Amino acid sequence: MKSEHLYNYILGIADNSLILGQRLGELCGHGPSLETDIAGTNISLDLIGQTRSYYQYAAKISGENKTEDDIAFLRLERHYKNVLLVEQPNTHFGYVMGRQYLFDVFHLLLLQELQFSKDETLAAIAKKGIKEVSYHKRFSGDWIKRLGDGTPESTAKMQEAIDDLWPYTQELFDMTPADTAMAQKGIGVDVSKLKESYYKEVTDLCELATLKVPQIAYFSRGGKKGVHSEHMGYLLADLQYMQRTYPNMQW
Amino acid sequence: MLTVLDLGVIREAKEKDGTVYVKLTPTYSGCPAMDVIGDDLKIAFAPLGKKVEVELVLAPAWSTDWISESGLQKMEIYGIARPLSESADKDVLLAGAKKVICPQCKSTNTHLVSQFGSTACKALFKCEACLEPFDYFKCLK
Repeated sequence: MKSEHLYNYILGIADNSLILGQRLGELCGHGPSLETDIAGTNISLDLIGQTRSYYQYAAKISGENKTEDDIAFLRLERHYKNVLLVEQPNTHFGYVMGRQYLFDVFHLLLLQELQFSKDETLAAIAKKGIKEVSYHKRFSGDWIKRLGDGTPESTAKMQEAIDDLWPYTQELFDMTPADTAMAQKGIGVDVSKLKESYYKEVTDLCELATLKVPQIAYFSRGGKKGVHSEHMGYLLADLQYMQRTYPNMQW
Repeated sequence: MLTVLDLGVIREAKEKDGTVYVKLTPTYSGCPAMDVIGDDLKIAFAPLGKKVEVELVLAPAWSTDWISESGLQKMEIYGIARPLSESADKDVLLAGAKKVICPQCKSTNTHLVSQFGSTACKALFKCEACLEPFDYFKCLK
């Protein structure tokens, strides 16, 4: 392999998109209304599309004759590097939008930096993704405002989702060894530097949406190291079902 | 017929030793039509005895500016409204402005029904003059 750090770095970004895309895909045909159903699957499609570009690149540099499908479907739970936030379940629509917005703000900040990567492929994927992710953030942000500043019931449910998801936000800014190595080379992004802009933006929107910003001291983390929450196994059981039932099957 | 050239998704095509090398770019990252377009290119060149090698390129990112005028007209005839300028696009998608022209009756008395449509590149609108729903091709720059 050319660079193990680069390989792990790509997966660190791509796995978030894959797992969130999978979560949104679960809603296909189950959205609360036709418009939100279509929106969820469209966002999922963008994320899976971005994932494919990252995985194709990772497969190419792996030097192990791998394909994008091998990376997506044939890893064990501990080998997925996504943050805990994106694997959280679709408890109710407030959670779906809360999780989406809390990730979208980070995702856009990340891609806005990654577009200047010295690695041409990563820069190209990021530039393409910025256009898509801006649209995702508008959609999820609009819903946070609408539900947060809506009826007493929608406010309570949106607040519940923000309270429950907030403890997963800090992990977004943890630096892995691959992050540090790639940031030093000008290939990767120093995500720890995005933290301030992130919390400022999210806090401003919460206030606009009449939601209380949780004041907590303890944050859950572990996904980046492969230590996932109890939800991840079920998610992967679904995601990997076909490959486990019919090993090496192809479309 | 709307072609891949009209859409501007073919960035380069070269022939060398009986093989056609095509550079193809997606409208959106997850565009599921990419594999089909690649396969269709192979089928289209097969009767000429030529092989096709498709390479997917991401940079520069595709823009709605690359759709040809004839492509836009063909879409309108089919019932898809053409993309507006970047600022007008924001007005209609975010601020409820009435600027999108109904491809059926040409009225601008239209409103947004859904920010996302039947495919990633479109949003769903409805015309209040002729009451027809229609797709609007979102501006992408």
